[in-house]
Amino acid sequence: MPLYLTDDQAMLRDTARDFMAEQGAIRSQLRHWRDIGCKDGFGHGLWKQFAEMGFAGILIGEEEGGLGLGHVEAGIVLEEIGRNLTPSPFLTTAVAFVAAVKGTAHGARWFPGILAGETVAALAIDEGARHRPEAIAMRAERAGNGFRLDGAKQFVVQGASADVTLVAARTDEGLTLFAVEKDAKGLEVEGVRLADASIGARLTFDGVEVDADAVVGEVGGGDTMLARSLAAGRTGAAAELVGLASAALDMTVDYLKQRQQFGKPIGEFQALQFRSAHLYSELEIARAATLKAQQLLDEGSDAAEAMVSVAKAKASRASQLAVQEGVQMHGGIGMTDEHDIGLYMKRDRVLAELFGDANYHADRLARLKGY
Amino acid sequence: MADLETFRRETRAWLAANCPAEMREPVRDESDACWGGRNPVFKNSAQKQWLEAMAARGWTVPDWPKDYGGGGLSPEETKILRQEMARIGARNPLYSFGISMLGPALLKYGTETQKKHYLPQIARGEIRWCQGYSEPGAGSDLASLQTKCEDKGDHWLVNGQKVWTSYADKADWIFCLVRTDSQAPKHKGISFLLFDMASPGVSTKPILLISGYSPFCETFFDDVTVPKDQIVGELNKGWDVAKYLLGHEREMISGMGLGGHSGTLGEALADAVAGDPLLRADVARFDVDSLAFRAMSEKFIDELKAGKAHPAQPSMMKYAGTELNKARHELIMAAGGADALEWESERSRQGKSAREWLRTKANSIEGGTSEIQLGIVAKRILDLPGA
Ligand SMILES: Cc1cc2nc3c(=O)[nH]c(=O)nc-3n(C[C@H](O)[C@H](O)[C@H](O)COP(=O)(O)OP(=O)(O)OC[C@H]3O[C@@H](n4cnc5c(N)ncnc54)[C@H](O)[C@@H]3O)c2cc1C
Ligand SMILES: Cc1cc2nc3c(=O)[nH]c(=O)nc-3n(C[C@H](O)[C@H](O)[C@H](O)COP(=O)(O)OP(=O)(O)OC[C@H]3O[C@@H](n4cnc5c(N)ncnc54)[C@H](O)[C@@H]3O)c2cc1C
Repeated sequence: MPLYLTDDQAMLRDTARDFMAEQGAIRSQLRHWRDIGCKDGFGHGLWKQFAEMGFAGILIGEEEGGLGLGHVEAGIVLEEIGRNLTPSPFLTTAVAFVAAVKGTAHGARWFPGILAGETVAALAIDEGARHRPEAIAMRAERAGNGFRLDGAKQFVVQGASADVTLVAARTDEGLTLFAVEKDAKGLEVEGVRLADASIGARLTFDGVEVDADAVVGEVGGGDTMLARSLAAGRTGAAAELVGLASAALDMTVDYLKQRQQFGKPIGEFQALQFRSAHLYSELEIARAATLKAQQLLDEGSDAAEAMVSVAKAKASRASQLAVQEGVQMHGGIGMTDEHDIGLYMKRDRVLAELFGDANYHADRLARLKGY
Repeated sequence: MADLETFRRETRAWLAANCPAEMREPVRDESDACWGGRNPVFKNSAQKQWLEAMAARGWTVPDWPKDYGGGGLSPEETKILRQEMARIGARNPLYSFGISMLGPALLKYGTETQKKHYLPQIARGEIRWCQGYSEPGAGSDLASLQTKCEDKGDHWLVNGQKVWTSYADKADWIFCLVRTDSQAPKHKGISFLLFDMASPGVSTKPILLISGYSPFCETFFDDVTVPKDQIVGELNKGWDVAKYLLGHEREMISGMGLGGHSGTLGEALADAVAGDPLLRADVARFDVDSLAFRAMSEKFIDELKAGKAHPAQPSMMKYAGTELNKARHELIMAAGGADALEWESERSRQGKSAREWLRTKANSIEGGTSEIQLGIVAKRILDLPGA
């Protein structure tokens, strides 16, 4: 398969690009929900529109009412989300959650709501400030005809609005995933507004009792599904970062052409040209790595896992460079809330951390390669 | 699809049967590679056998038309051939400026007679070419070159000096930029000329490099007579040919960023990084960059073959690939410690690590410096203003 978008994929990109630029624009979405202090950090109306466009069902099989497409297509939508900083539950719900529950009984339970743009899903993995899924300590003990969950999770993106949250916990048999519904008794959800105005909830499980059928897949078989979900989420986050970085670069290059100092556009200064060109190069490489990871995931290749880490690490670094150079090259105006470039910087920071930062993924790559 | 699967199967079988074991090891250094030429030097019989087998199928230049000595393969088939060669670690049968630089320019700008004459010889590795672009006063500012080429009615008369001409002392022919109109603006008076290095009046003088090798030369032209039909493209429009060729040169040099083998650097340096967490971290970060660049390289080639690549994209590839290759060799030196510093010992293979490390420093200079590539990307891709 050639490493560029097919004609069908390019069509989807054009559709997603128009849709997101019109409906998901910063002024009408991110700034709007932020400025009114919305507790969800996103608009449910837009999520319904995602569903009407078919985006919500991209990874859901055709037989289940979805589009039956792959990670490349999910990435196309995410890139446009990144470009417009569009707040939505797409990444957690339609990508990471769907990838986890696909092929389990929970698909039938939750996919209709997701396809209708009515259901929001979240992932509760991290327990400390850093992403360390290997070190999940939360316990799930057998109790009654199900399990009792005790522990705490944080950085649960969309956790405050989620109808269902996928919770990773340890049982005697090993890591197990549970689909916990929002009104579960003993579950305390504290929505925390993050730097980018999104909500990353803290969840406390104080003897939360769930039925046996809350288990996703097999008891003790959570590792594979978690891996699938994380691979989808990480590649998706990489795609969103690439979109975000592209927009930051475009915005900066436009500014370099317009802003006059010393009697000429500042874009004539070689110091700024070289840095812009370097940034462009890093970004194109990150885009290629991300597409490669998506294609390998769609092919079910053994090489996918390593490439997913490469994509997440590379996209995080390229995007970080894009927003840092973006703010710097905008000069004083870049420091103002009124200008959008700072919003990109804040979103980048959150996405860079989500599902593991660049160092986490470099280390993971090294382990996968045996050194 | 089924056809491609068949092609892959057949290619795999053919390579298994025809690629000698000695040709399934990485090339050690420039002198270990096969360069062909009028008086070819083969390191061993396997090298000769491998070149002949590949050339007979047109697979030294798999995607060139069969009429010109190529394999006539589609982009997909070419990619499969490369993948299958990489799978068994098969070497390039031929290292050749003819293949990577002059050939593509001839395919685009040559007359039918020139193509029929030169291309099959290039494909079979019968002529070793060198590139006469740079001059003492014309490096980055290449168009300010001064080598004079006068119309003497039935022939051209060439006088001047080139510098940094790689392998000029070993090459059979030169492709050369010369000034055919000294009155015209500097880009408009240049022509692209081919001639035999054995012509009277051509002399070369090797220049010793920091790596201890002397692969490049000062090259002098003193009343060199050249037949009229050896200009490629139109008279005074050689700059177009030169730029097109540079795109291919940059594409080739960017390939060095891949490091020649398919594993990661960390796997190669596993012993050295095991007790050194900071080095391990540096190498791991490098491997992220390196695998990402590998994907970029694949994407670039796919887009190029499909006609989807921006014409200035080779500049970005060259910049990224060469900076990466320099970083790779800094890490190899760091991991090698005192062993990597040995310059002449048997166990260091005559200072392989140190000499390669020094050689990579030229990657971001030859074929246009990193600064020049960044300038091209800024202006031609990002459309930033200025000269
Ligand atoms: C938090 C804050 C507090 C401030 N407080 C004050 C204050 O109290 N009083 C006051 O008067 N000002 C203040 N300033 C303004 C500050 O001095 C200017 O923002 C600064 O001088 C840059 O000017 P500019 O914003 O117009 O950017 P520009 O001059 O438009 O620069 C934009 C970009 O172009 C680059 N650039 C410009 N010229 C060149 C060149 N020749 N070569 C290479 N690159 C170039 C710049 O480095 C920058 O990256 C403040 C700014 C900030 C952010
Ligand atoms: C190993 C090797 C093999 C080579 N092989 C060949 C060959 O076979 N044939 C051939 O013709 N040539 C060859 N070259 C020459 C090569 O193309 C030139 O060295 C190169 O183009 C740079 O020119 P220069 O050395 O004159 O440097 P200069 O042009 O003098 O540059 C010096 C420094 O100034 C910087 N600089 C120059 N202009 C600008 C600008 N506008 N903006 C910012 N920075 C600038 C450069 O980036 C560089 O860092 C080879 C070089 C090497 C190292």
